[in-house]
Amino acid sequence: MATDFLKELEVQRGYLLRVARLQLRDTALAEDVVQDTLTAALTAQSGFTGKSSVKTWLTGILKHKIVDAIRKKQREPVAASSLDDEADLEDFEGLFRENGAWQAPPADWGDPEQALNRRQFFDMMDFCLEKLPPNTARVFMMREVMELESDEICKELTITANNLWVILYRARMSLRECLELHWFGDGARA
Amino acid sequence: MKSFNRLIGHLVSCKDATHLVSRMQDGELTTLERLKLKWHLAVCTMCMAFEKQMRIMREAMRRYRQ
Repeated sequence: MATDFLKELEVQRGYLLRVARLQLRDTALAEDVVQDTLTAALTAQSGFTGKSSVKTWLTGILKHKIVDAIRKKQREPVAASSLDDEADLEDFEGLFRENGAWQAPPADWGDPEQALNRRQFFDMMDFCLEKLPPNTARVFMMREVMELESDEICKELTITANNLWVILYRARMSLRECLELHWFGDGARA
Repeated sequence: MKSFNRLIGHLVSCKDATHLVSRMQDGELTTLERLKLKWHLAVCTMCMAFEKQMRIMREAMRRYRQ
């Protein structure tokens, strides 16, 4: 039983590391956070009831460790100013005409199951997430992977709700652009 | 009624609609904003396609973390 549990932890290490690296953009720190998470998981092994998957349980622990790490990092002044830099919407102005209408219609992505059932699709997601500016990726992962609510993120990062919406909008628009280009676009499918 | 819908739907530009769709995913729309978006999506197939893309991405992120 105990060795099964150890094996399962080892299996999830790669996933945890990927999530932590995307959020922290710091491989050494990500490794520390994952190590902390696995150590905490071992000590709290009895707390695992088997109601959720090991992965979900570990992600829950990782979430707290990442938030702690971000909180510590946030005390360094650099992060806040670069968050402001990344809250710039100019990149997406080109998608719209002056009156706010689309320049080119968004593509029909077809039946999502076809993409979502393929491993390669998630490799592409990783690639696209890696391309986001560091703080934008961090905020997006806090929202979409860690499932923090908007007000929690604002509190953790000391940013305004408006600022948060702009950053999440940027993240979604960039991700959409990347997926459209590399996965859903005519060129990508051909 | 149809022309009324069309009129209301165009009160929001496509660009504004994309912001509303994003903010909707964070559960942050007021009742009025939700209505405005609904009206717009009812008359704009392009934004409907965009909204579908956003739903696919959300589902993808849900599976990513599983």
